[in-house]
Amino acid sequence: MKTLTRRTLILGAGASAATALLIGRAAATTQARDAAVAELTGGAAIKDGRVRLTIPAVAENGLSVYTTIAVDSPMTEADHVRAIHIISEKNPIARLFTARFSPRSRVAKLSTNLRLASSQQVTALAEMSDGSFWRDRKDVIVTIAACIDGG
Amino acid sequence: MALSNARVSMRDAAKKGEIIEIKTLIRHPMETGYRVDHMGKPIPRDIVKRFSATYAGEPVFEMDLTQGVAANPFIAFSIVATDTAEMVFTWENEAGETAVVRRTLTVTE
Amino acid sequence: MRLALAAGLLAGLSVAAVAEPRASGTSFLSDELRAMQQDEAANPGMLWVGEGARLWAAAEGEAGISCASCHDRAEESMAGVAARYPVVRGGAVINLEAQINRCRTGAQKADALPYESDALLALTAFVARQSLGMPVSVKTDGDAAPLYAAGEAFFHRRQGQMNLSCAHCHDANAGRRLRGDAISHGLPNGYPAYRLEWQTLGSLHRRLRACSLGVRAVQFDYGSPEYLALELYLAKRAEGAPVETPAIRK
Repeated sequence: MKTLTRRTLILGAGASAATALLIGRAAATTQARDAAVAELTGGAAIKDGRVRLTIPAVAENGLSVYTTIAVDSPMTEADHVRAIHIISEKNPIARLFTARFSPRSRVAKLSTNLRLASSQQVTALAEMSDGSFWRDRKDVIVTIAACIDGG
Repeated sequence: MALSNARVSMRDAAKKGEIIEIKTLIRHPMETGYRVDHMGKPIPRDIVKRFSATYAGEPVFEMDLTQGVAANPFIAFSIVATDTAEMVFTWENEAGETAVVRRTLTVTE
Repeated sequence: MRLALAAGLLAGLSVAAVAEPRASGTSFLSDELRAMQQDEAANPGMLWVGEGARLWAAAEGEAGISCASCHDRAEESMAGVAARYPVVRGGAVINLEAQINRCRTGAQKADALPYESDALLALTAFVARQSLGMPVSVKTDGDAAPLYAAGEAFFHRRQGQMNLSCAHCHDANAGRRLRGDAISHGLPNGYPAYRLEWQTLGSLHRRLRACSLGVRAVQFDYGSPEYLALELYLAKRAEGAPVETPAIRK
């Protein structure tokens, strides 16, 4: 049996959230974000507008960032929001979630809490029933609490 | 983690045409798969991968989640009250286990 | 004249200290996190409160009785209880967790629940929730006096490799910045609390263990006499602050 060295003990005790999160994680990049967007749009043009992404400019803890996305849409059979995608440029995976709507939804709006690995730009992409894509983007500074204990 | 502890907060009654906000929470760690335990062993990914809501049997909201959504997922969305009908909320984890909450919305003219 | 003025100022200060409790951790939260704490539909800690309500009515142990068998509706019987805990009985500090376990091993003839188990966190949060908004007011005289003094001494004693006391951060520097964060007064009135770093609900003693680790000092056991005495002292420091369980903390 391998004896515990001082180093492994310290590593074990100090496997803080920050350290633990870093292990085995490939850093996403703006390229990964752009690739995720391109996969969703199939190369279609993206227009700014119609989407409102509300997210704190400074998030006190990246483990839970309150986020609201709303899209201006009549939500009729002929003209509605099919999906809202949230895309990160710094998380290990670019697409954080996809929410799908139907004309029956009547309101294209949702709120949830995101995990953000670090300060970054967050993209909200709305996919409409006519095949068009609309976007809003916000910069978020992610800070860290004064006292972290490894949870 | 098995799915057993879910909460749905919404009004029980509304006038036809009113917008109803629905807020949901479910107990789940949303384990990322990137962390290690105190002995350095990787903790496997374990997430709620899907949430859906139906109203009078028709889908009104669906969400595909990843580990980019915070632990104990909070999801809020809105519907317009049209009929007195049941709403069914379903969460599904990666093992295919589900939690289901049912609520009836009473709609008056 | 000058003396009289000084005495008047001091009197004014002490009156203000009584009227105005120290600001709780909630005052250090952003608007978004404060809204999350106050909205029962969005506060993830309410998942434990809901589970606690279920456990309150569940028969347990050889006696086959539930909390409700003795205490009926918690909304009435437990209102205000968390605000006056911890208490001192038989020369020991009893906090909510310890009292719940006394009920389990005594009345219900069931096993004690381990600290930080979901069930103990849920029951503690559910009981504390019945005192929501009520001002913290613990008894520190009589039997409680020596234990309160022990807690006070712990709070002011330098500890660990950093040679810091609790008071160095939470009295002398409360409200000032430490990295990207503001230092709180270290009040316990929101616990068990949903701490974002933990991504789960946790007890006050879990938070104290994190403090001890932070200053590289000895981490005492959950429910240890050291942390129980400190809990009593912290509750007295929080006098007048409203119970906020389950609070959101960073």
